[in-house]
Amino acid sequence: MIALLKLPRVGRRAFKVWQRNRDTWLKFYKASLVGNLAEPVLFLLAFGIGLSQFISDIEGVPYINYIAPGLMVAAVMNAATFECTFGAFTRMSAQKTYDAIIVTPVNIEEVAAGEILWGASKGFISAVVILAVLVPWGLASSPWLLLSPMLFILEGLMFASLSLIVTAFSPSYDYFAYYFSLVVSPMFFFSGVFFPLSALPEWVRTVSWFMPLSHAVKLSRGLASGNISTHLLLDAVWMVVFTFIASWLAIKLIKRRLIK
Amino acid sequence: MSDIIIQASGLCKDYSGFPAVNGIDFVVKKAECFGILGPNGAGKTTTMNMVQGRSPLSGGELRVFGMDILEKPRRIKARMGVVPQENNLDPDLSVIENLRVYARYFDIPKKAALGKAENLLDFISLMDKKNEKITNLSGGMKRRLMVARALVNDPELIILDEPTTGLDPQARHLIWQKLRGLKKTGRTLALTTHNMEEAAQLCDRLVIMDNGKILDEGSPGELLKRHVRGSVFEFNTGTEGTDDVLSCLKTIDHEFETSGDTVFIYTNEAEAVLKQTSCFTGVGFVHRQATLEDVFLKLTGRELRE
Repeated sequence: MIALLKLPRVGRRAFKVWQRNRDTWLKFYKASLVGNLAEPVLFLLAFGIGLSQFISDIEGVPYINYIAPGLMVAAVMNAATFECTFGAFTRMSAQKTYDAIIVTPVNIEEVAAGEILWGASKGFISAVVILAVLVPWGLASSPWLLLSPMLFILEGLMFASLSLIVTAFSPSYDYFAYYFSLVVSPMFFFSGVFFPLSALPEWVRTVSWFMPLSHAVKLSRGLASGNISTHLLLDAVWMVVFTFIASWLAIKLIKRRLIK
Repeated sequence: MSDIIIQASGLCKDYSGFPAVNGIDFVVKKAECFGILGPNGAGKTTTMNMVQGRSPLSGGELRVFGMDILEKPRRIKARMGVVPQENNLDPDLSVIENLRVYARYFDIPKKAALGKAENLLDFISLMDKKNEKITNLSGGMKRRLMVARALVNDPELIILDEPTTGLDPQARHLIWQKLRGLKKTGRTLALTTHNMEEAAQLCDRLVIMDNGKILDEGSPGELLKRHVRGSVFEFNTGTEGTDDVLSCLKTIDHEFETSGDTVFIYTNEAEAVLKQTSCFTGVGFVHRQATLEDVFLKLTGRELRE
């Protein structure tokens, strides 16, 4: 318990772990970018264009415009989560990459921090790729969008940390099925990406307040539409606090798992 | 500067109450090759993990390069190279990238790292595999690359945990040759093994470990002299003949030992034994020089280890 409260020893060397992951990603980045783009564009086409013929405007915007900002932050969640569950677990267990790194001057806390930074970068990349499509498509145009990269980074750090906590406990790949089906998927559908949460019963809204993605969706929609209110500040603070706690725990738990 | 590279005193490691390393003392001196011999589960790897700063001590003190491993792990690790028991090359990177990325962990600048990587590939004769994927390398090549990777930071101390386990004789001899080369350059080597030939080939000094404790310490020659006589007779008595052979052996005053269907006699007077054991004509036997393996088995017993 006391070890959990001690400040993690994380220094600049975390960046070297980030660089290692970047180097491997650069080998197949084209395929990776296509993957990042394909899924959200499919959602836009299927739901935005297909469903919009049966759905009137939501909150004063066409349905496709309504879901676009949410799909962006959902992409951040997916990319960061995938990287810090399956990706990180492979490096930690099957490839023993962490074991190789921690006998150098890089310590285990920095390995975990580097993984979080990289997971966040993957999230950031996938959302920026989508943004680069949404703007010329005319689905997002507010000048507030200039702030969205900061949102993507914060959200990426948040989901990377949360996922690394799951990885720290995971005995095998199968374990991630629980996380994806019981946490990630419900979050995807009930965080306000596809319909306003106000349409849902009170208790669902209460539950969704605890879902990290719902705050990112509100912020993303605010930035994309230019409807900025002080309420959004609370969402940002929620995410900062959550990310701080989750990253701290992730680093400590990975250390506890690897150092025996 | 002192000549002592590693100093362990009263070193302990408990795993939830089980003492994997139970209060050992040893010293590794500059430019020597020091070996830890022991059967599986003896505590060799655990000891090495503590030296690498990978595993915190449960008790005692451990100083490397004169610094406490718990206080200055980074500074110690910067001067150390590690070849773990299990290969952990980065399969997402090519052969040369493995070395370059590893050099970055030690803050070696890009250009210097490239030069270093090429020199090392040359040293381990893998230059022609420079851009190969790790999965396409043979077991021996992977092991050589592991050795090369442990050298990227020009370490003063190299830790090798069972460096040649599982390799074919050709690959094993090549690694030994490289390691002897490293020793000549004044580097300190600390290795664990359960291969006696490896210990005899490489180590200046060694300890034999079992159940978390050190049983004895010395040069291979000293250990031989202390624990076994000059030569060994191994009588393969078969399953039937053991009793006959034993009753016959009781009539001679030489130390003997039985294990399964084999009787071992350690002696300095081979000819006398040959004469006295004329009673086991028809039993196949081997007469050979005593080796470290005899010392090892004598100290750690012949029971199977899992």
